[in-house]
Amino acid sequence: MEITKQEVEKVAKLARLQVSESEVAVFAKQLSQILTHVDTLKKYNTDGVEPTATVLGQVNVFRDDVVRPSLSVEQALANAPEREADGFCVPKIID
Amino acid sequence: MSLHKLTLCELQRKFTAGEVSAKEIARAYFLRIGQVEPKVKAYVTTQKEQAMVQAAAIDDSLKGWRKTQPMMAMPLAIKDNLCTEGVTTTCSSRMLQNFVPPYDATVIAKLRAQGYLLLGKTNLDEFAMGSSTENSAFGPSRNPWNLQCVPGGSSGGSAAAVAADECVAALGSDTGGSIRQPAAFCGVVGLKPTYGRVSRYGLIAFASSLDQIGPITKDVADAAFLLGVIAGHDPMDSTSADVPVPDYTKALKKKDLKKLKVGIPAEFFAEGLDPEVEQAVRAAIEELKSLGGEIKEIQLPRTDAAVAVYYVIATAEASSNLARFDGVKFGLRSKETKDLLELYTKTRQEGFGPEVKRRIMLGTYALSSGYYDAYYGKAQAVRTLIRQDFDAAFKEVDLIVTPVTPTPAFKLGEKSEDPLQMYLSDIFTISVNLAGLPAIALPCGFSRAGLPIGMQLIGRAFQEDTLLRAAYAYEQSTQWRAKKPAVR
Repeated sequence: MEITKQEVEKVAKLARLQVSESEVAVFAKQLSQILTHVDTLKKYNTDGVEPTATVLGQVNVFRDDVVRPSLSVEQALANAPEREADGFCVPKIID
Repeated sequence: MSLHKLTLCELQRKFTAGEVSAKEIARAYFLRIGQVEPKVKAYVTTQKEQAMVQAAAIDDSLKGWRKTQPMMAMPLAIKDNLCTEGVTTTCSSRMLQNFVPPYDATVIAKLRAQGYLLLGKTNLDEFAMGSSTENSAFGPSRNPWNLQCVPGGSSGGSAAAVAADECVAALGSDTGGSIRQPAAFCGVVGLKPTYGRVSRYGLIAFASSLDQIGPITKDVADAAFLLGVIAGHDPMDSTSADVPVPDYTKALKKKDLKKLKVGIPAEFFAEGLDPEVEQAVRAAIEELKSLGGEIKEIQLPRTDAAVAVYYVIATAEASSNLARFDGVKFGLRSKETKDLLELYTKTRQEGFGPEVKRRIMLGTYALSSGYYDAYYGKAQAVRTLIRQDFDAAFKEVDLIVTPVTPTPAFKLGEKSEDPLQMYLSDIFTISVNLAGLPAIALPCGFSRAGLPIGMQLIGRAFQEDTLLRAAYAYEQSTQWRAKKPAVR
């Protein structure tokens, strides 16, 4: 499987990664190599085989919807890169 | 005898009997860390002051009535992807360099409730992605047996710390072999429990359907003891299993393999296996036979698919899990960004190292529109086939014996330029995670160059006790654990 530089740039955008020109070239080569190896899976017939998402087979785990202790505002904001009053601060989103 | 040479069970007996104080333990370990850590570089953070204060408090609390708890004053090293309240948890990433978790992982809360001593947080490949610790943003750890060699990864710091006596035991995490491979490279014992056996709450997620926390210890009895402390259902992790936790130390009583059928999969002894590793593991199989095990050839025919399946599923899950590192609520934030999109992309550019980016890219590609079925869907279906192979094998045998790694520890820099070669070195450990099974790595010899060689025992889901029984019987009938690295 050959991955083009354009595809690398598209995937980087989807993944919200800024990649330099030299990284694009390296990733194109390395991802092509890895995906060529992954393509060997084609030799296994998986018609009608149920995919495995988790080995334990749980579906949903519910708990009662009751109030319980949680982090205080100060604890939750302690690692904030930038805060304003009781909130996380981010660059302006709407002009 | 120097305290740092003792096993967890030995140190625990001495402390319970009052022969040694918590302060003496803390002092002895920080003395040892001071001696060898500049060479081994196992830790990202050490907690000397805090541990000394805590040790003094433990001793004071025992002055009147000596009532101890199993892990009280036991000096542990914790992989730096496990959240420790108030103690920096970096994942060996610039992204989390200054992250101080406001809560404890469940395994840490259990240890803390018993009064353990946190010596420090150990180095790993960034976000547990790697097999050598060379992907750490803070530089690699070294193998105590040969400082030019890698300790393995991703829990390389934990394994190196145990091997160099820089802690009495450690916790690691294992997504594709990250406990077992470094344990094998460093000549110690590493146990990956069944998926769901130990709560993952507070383990910074890499691949949620594969990750599992487990002990790295000096011997098998210590692994049994520590697993008993950390195992069990946790309402905070909906994938933790509500299955009773047996007394794992009871499994050590038999000291033989009578009535146990031991499977040897031909696929694990194929091309690419180092002859010295093969010889050591084959000799170990003979020993298991002389201990009463019935040896049987078995097949795991889809073994060669494991690496490809793993690197699609693990990276897909990682690309989703690591989306949370966006510079908004915690962790790194890039300075001087003009809008929100740039805040995301620049933060992630600056915060993630090359291997993490590569895996996010691969996972995003595998999940992207048009490729989802061909890659992610296909990998999930082949994962089912790999599980079926194990199901069939465990109808015939009680445990499976394989090498842990194709070679002993490799040199620093030897594989870091070729990601695919690095991935392929995980071939013997990965399928166990895909099937969610328990497995233990333990020493079974040394190469001519003096590097440890490990063997892997794989068991049925939730039958860690059978693994521990066989591993203990083998360990007690051999002398590998008596040999210690010189660290020079």
